[in-house]
This record gives sequence, C-alpha cells and structure tokens, in this order.
Amino acid sequence: MTGTRTLLALALRRDRVLLPAWIIVFVVVAASSAASVVALYPTGASVAATALAVNGTPSLLALYGPIYDPTSVGALAIWKPAGSGAALLAVLTGFTVIRHTRTEEEVGRLELLGSTGLGRGVPLAVAGLVGVGTALVVGVLSAVALAASGLPVAGSLAFGAAWAGCGVVFAGVGAVAAQLTRSARTARGLTVAALLVAFLLRAAGDASGPAWLTWLSPLGWAQLVRAYAGERWWLLSLPLASALVLGVLADRLDASRDLGTGILVERPGPATGPDLRSPLALAWRLQRGPFAAWTAGFVLVAALLGSLTPTVAGLLDNPALQDVIRQLGGRQALTDAVVATDLGVLGLLAAGFAVASVLRLHGEEEAGRAEAVLSGPVGRIRWAGGHVLVAAAGSALLMAVAGAAVGVADGARSGRPWAGVPRFVGAALVQVPAVWVLAAVALALVGFAPRAAPAVWVLLAGAVLVAELGPLLRLRQWVLDLSPFTHVPHLPGGAFSVVPLVWLTAVAAGLTVAGLAALRRRDLA
Amino acid sequence: MTPAIVVSGLVKSFGRIRALDGLDLEVATGEVHGFLGPNGSGKTTTLRILLGLLRADAGTVRLLDGDPWRDAVTLHRRLAYVPGEVALWPNLTGGEVIDLLGRLRGGLHPRRRTELLDRFDLDPTQRCRSYSRGNRQKVALVAALASEVDLLLLDEPTAGLDPLMEEEFRRCIGQHRRAGRTVVLSSHILSEVEALCDRVSIISAGRTVESGTLAGLRHLTRTEVVAELAGDAPDLSVLPGVHGVEVTGHHIRCDVDAGALDGLVRALADAGITSLVSRPPTLEELFLRHYARPAPPAAVP
Repeated sequence: MTGTRTLLALALRRDRVLLPAWIIVFVVVAASSAASVVALYPTGASVAATALAVNGTPSLLALYGPIYDPTSVGALAIWKPAGSGAALLAVLTGFTVIRHTRTEEEVGRLELLGSTGLGRGVPLAVAGLVGVGTALVVGVLSAVALAASGLPVAGSLAFGAAWAGCGVVFAGVGAVAAQLTRSARTARGLTVAALLVAFLLRAAGDASGPAWLTWLSPLGWAQLVRAYAGERWWLLSLPLASALVLGVLADRLDASRDLGTGILVERPGPATGPDLRSPLALAWRLQRGPFAAWTAGFVLVAALLGSLTPTVAGLLDNPALQDVIRQLGGRQALTDAVVATDLGVLGLLAAGFAVASVLRLHGEEEAGRAEAVLSGPVGRIRWAGGHVLVAAAGSALLMAVAGAAVGVADGARSGRPWAGVPRFVGAALVQVPAVWVLAAVALALVGFAPRAAPAVWVLLAGAVLVAELGPLLRLRQWVLDLSPFTHVPHLPGGAFSVVPLVWLTAVAAGLTVAGLAALRRRDLA
Repeated sequence: MTPAIVVSGLVKSFGRIRALDGLDLEVATGEVHGFLGPNGSGKTTTLRILLGLLRADAGTVRLLDGDPWRDAVTLHRRLAYVPGEVALWPNLTGGEVIDLLGRLRGGLHPRRRTELLDRFDLDPTQRCRSYSRGNRQKVALVAALASEVDLLLLDEPTAGLDPLMEEEFRRCIGQHRRAGRTVVLSSHILSEVEALCDRVSIISAGRTVESGTLAGLRHLTRTEVVAELAGDAPDLSVLPGVHGVEVTGHHIRCDVDAGALDGLVRALADAGITSLVSRPPTLEELFLRHYARPAPPAAVP
C-alpha cells in the first residue's frame, strides 16, 4: 500500500473546494429543515395530523417514504430531506469515487501515477477512502447540526448514520461501476441506474407493497433505521456489510483487469459512418444513448407515480391531507395536486438532462473535439445548435413521455388507459419552458464565461431546494421567484395561465440568443 | 496567383502573455511551406487564428483570399486541418470519425479513403478511445488527405507516427504537391521539413525570424569543407570569408561563407586535392543559430 498517503493528499488537494462546498450544502439543508419544522409544529397534535395524511397518501410515500412516528417532531423534520438527501449523497459519493478512478484512468493520468512506486489497488483504495470519508463527514456534521437545532441526540445520530450509510454503499457502487466500463460517463450512468433501481424498490415497497421491497434498497435502509422513531441501530449493519462486499468486489475486479480496460469488453464498431452527416447528427449520435437511458428512467418513475394516484381520491375528505397537499403546491382536486407535484419533480429531473446536454458543448470544447468540427465548414452556431436542439427537444420529449406514462398508469386503474393521456401530457409540457430557462442559462455561461459553465449545476441544485423545501423553510417570495419552476402553473388542476409560459420561453430564447452570439465572438479554448 | 496565406503584423495575447508579437507569414499557392519554431513559439496559435478559432488582436490575416474569422465556414470548405493533439469522440469508431469529418468538409474520395486506410494500416472499426496517439493522428490524417481541398494545415502531423508511417506520410504530401495543392506543415522535425518543404518560415517567441527557400536560407550560413591535400596546406586565413581553419598535416577543415567558396576551392586546388568533402548546412544548424538566444540559452528542441 505504498503511496496511499501521498495519493490521498493529492485527492484531497484536488477536491478542496468541491467536497467542502457539497458537505456544507447537505448540513445546511438538514439543519434548516429541522429548525423550520420545530418552529412550525410546536404541538404533537399537528405533527400527528400531518403524519397521518402523509402515511395515507401513496404518491407521497413513493416520493419521500413514510413518517414512522406520528408523534415525533424529528421524524417529520427529516421526512423530506431523509430520502432525497440520501439519494443526492449517493450521487455525490458514487461520482467522487468514479472521478478519482475511471476518469483518471480514461484521461491517462493514472498511467503516469501507476508508473511510479504506487502499490497496486492504491488508487482505488484512495478513491474509496475519499468517498467513504465524505459520507461520514456529512453524517457526523448533519447529526451535530440536527441535535443543535433542538432535536433528540440519539435520533440525530441515527439520521446522520443513515445518510452516511447510503453514501458509503454508493461509494461502493461507484467503485464497482468504475471497474466495469472504459468510460467514466458510462460508469456514472450505471451508478445512477443503480440508484434508480434503489428508488423504485423503496417507492414501490413503501407505497403499494409488498413491504419487503423496501428492505432490498439502500435508500430504504436509510429510512428503516427510523431516526427519531425508535432507532433500529442494528440496521446500520446492512449498508456497512454491502459496502464491504462492494469494496472487495471492486478490488478483485480491479486486480483482474489491465490498465485502461473495463470488465465489459467493447465490440468493434462500424467501419463507416453513413448517418453522421451534420453537427446535429453528431450531437444526436453522442447523446442518443444517454437520452434512451433517461427516457427509460422517466417512464419507470412516471408510471410508478401514475399508478399511485387514484387511491388519493378516497382521502378527499381528510382536511389535514388537503393542507399538506396545498403546502406542496397543488390547489384543486387532490389527484391533480399529487400529479402536479410529481410532474414538478420530473421537471427538475428533465432540467438535469437539458443542462447536461448543453454542457456537452463545454466538454467538447475543453477536450479539443470542437476544434475538429469547427475546422470544417461548420459555423459555431450550427455546431452549438445541434447540442442545443438535442437539449431542448429531448427535455420536452422526456416531459411528454412522463405525462403519457402518468396518464396511462393512472387510467389503467379505471380501465381506460388512454383517456387522461392528452390532459396529463399537456400538464407535463407546462414544465418545459422552466426547463429551457435553466438550459439557456447553461448556454449563456458557455458563451460568456466558459470556465464557469459547470456552475449551472449549483443553480439547478438551488432550484431543487426551492421547489422541495422552499415552502417548508418559509423562504421569502423573492427567493422562491428566482427559480423558473416557481412560475410554472400547477397543472393538472391548477389555474392555467399562458403568461408565465410565454415570458419563461422568452427568457430562455433571449439567453439562448445572447449565449450563441457570445460563443460566436469569443476565442475557442 | 494570389498567395494562399498572407499574414502580417499578427498580434495575439492571452492575458498578459503575448503569444504572437507581430508575426509575418506568406505561403504561395501550390507550395509546401514549413512552419518551424520551438515549443511555445506560437505555431499552433497562428494556425488556430488561420482557422478562425481565435481572433487576432492586431495585424492582417488573409487565407485563400478571405478573412479567416468572418468567412470561416466558406473557407473551411477548401481546407483540411490536422491538429497537433488529436482529440476524438471516445465512443465513435475511427471509420465513423473519418466519414464525419470528410462529410463536413464536403465529401470524401471513397477510393482514396480505402487506399489511405490501407497505406496507414489503420483499423476503422476500433473505438477511438482504444486508439494510441499515433492511430488517432492517422484518423485525422486520413480524413484530411482523403478530402478534396485546396489547402492542408498540418500541425506537427507526424509527431506520433512511426518511421514507416512517416515515410508513407511524405509520399502523400508529395502527391498533394504534384496535384498543385498548398500545404502548411508546422514542425520541429527538421529532416521532415528539409525533405518536404519548398519554403520555410522560422518563428521564435511569436515573431518570424527567417523566411525563404531552403536554398536561400543556406546562403546565410557557412558550408563546412574538409579536404585531403597532396602538398602542404596553403595559408587559408588570408582568404576572405574563410573561418575556423584547422590543419593537421595534409588534412584541412574549415567553414566558408557561401560567396567565398570559389576562392577557397581555387586555393585548395593549387595545393593538389586528393579528397574533398563539402557539406551544406543542415536545417539543424539554421535552427540552432536562430534559437540560440543570448541568455538564457534556449533548449534544443
């Protein structure tokens, strides 16, 4: 294990801004959510009403899981952050491990390091240490922050441990994924796919049963620890054991393969490329794989959420539930309100696709591949336009598919699968202008400040926070208004107004034009 | 015929670093032009300005009778570029990339594509991420050489190729020259430039320090003469333009300015020559002379 310490120092040096920034975000979200719930629900009775309402709404159970103790303020405080935070932490640790293993290997830096007196398996071990360490620091600091905001210490520790446990498992998932493929991008895709499976298992287990499905999911384990609701400490052995298994597996795979290769062998491809006729065709060729994966994920999640809506109708007479739903943003019929909430979540995810898709431009430029295209008779607008079109049309298509899947799953319960489809598709498409605004911000950054372009992820994370926790945290209206998604009409069921859609689209168009103009004027990297 | 490239007084700064500092370059249509300079002297920056990827801060640039920034798209239909560091899409195959780049440039010669793949011994079914540096370079070269273009801009195109492939590359450039196409070849591989180029421009620290035909540049330096004489060596130090005379018995060695060769040979002939070797200066020597900055001494590229 020679060189572990040096390599660990290098990894921490490289991540000295990124990881602390993310850790602070997690801790602040946990603490502020707890503080606002403690202030909002002074009595046990109001907690109980909310908890009963949540536990009776399958769609909320699917998205966020149950509240295990209807008398515990802490259980309510962590209800929303627990699930979504665990998923985000999983992405953070998984991607961190991949960044320090497969990415390094793909760009060839690991070859240089490996030629020095570095023990075999050390780079993987160091990446694992960084990933696990991140999860642990987030867990410890969050526990401290929650306890400091007045919640019981034991529950706070359990919550921190549950988050950390999920992060540690996905550090292991990332480590294994990094061994399987030659490309870091595919490894990240595999990690997200594993996370999606974990989410679907937990959502199905919590919302519609059988309940044991939840027990198969690392995201489920994070809940089943039951922080603030009679902690089950022994359950932490599940994430620990699986992380250990994944770590050993990754190490075995790492030792069994050659540098630069993956366990999954690549087949030779076509000797000619007759369909690559234009920059648009190239953009589509580069993005069709990811787009197919996104579509599949959207269909699965939307169908699951859609299949859970009708049962809401039976709870119409529960006033506490209506209160919660109203707080979540809906106004009219509960079914519609739940679907509107679901579509809001999917809209944020679609923005993730659109932003990633636009940032391909940045990646192509940084890697020097833009040069290869632009040294041909291709204007910059045409080059950029290919990726922008994939982002814009792709995200709209994702939302349409999601709306259709929700509609079919919802309608299937009443035996008329196609009846509600147009209405739900329409409601889903309402999110698209807000998605485009974020994509256009990404493009404007690529045009004006290419080095700062990845910062658009921070803006997307901000939009997620505003949408998920904004009402709960009682953020001021102008803060909420900063997110384009705040202005989207709540459909289906809400009042439809075309005005915000028009000006959101106008903002997106304006930013796109400005970004493209700036891209045309500036020097290429 | 207007020159293919006319650059004068070109200036480009990146922040406080002045990459190009009044560079001049003229490339005639139909010639193979060597663009020489040490690392970091501004070769790639110049090429990227010629491609309209960077915008010049000052100076004039004409490429194929157009403005490389404003008319980039139309000009690029008539040229092909091979970058020094070839970056390709890791999940596309070499064949796909060749077709893509060729089609973007307005079409490939299908027969020449097959022939070049064969000549460069390149497997087009491999994904680009599995190619070595040399093979990535071959992909870009095949795409460029199989295109129907007037101008080839090549940035250190053989840096990753093995000697056999380098030979193949030289043959290809020879064919292009015979077909009347213009080639700009940035390089610091001197033997390559000597073998291929009609004219060269040598740049250093963002300025052109020398430009002309190889023959013309050789006038600037001294030829080395080594002779074995029948009789005693004459006193050569009195001859104008003869330097560094070394005499060991009948063996003589000296450097002579281009214009003074005639006088030297006459003087040697009077003493009776049994063997005479005269060696013209290599580009290596030209290079060393131009890059040898007073202080600190320049690294030999």
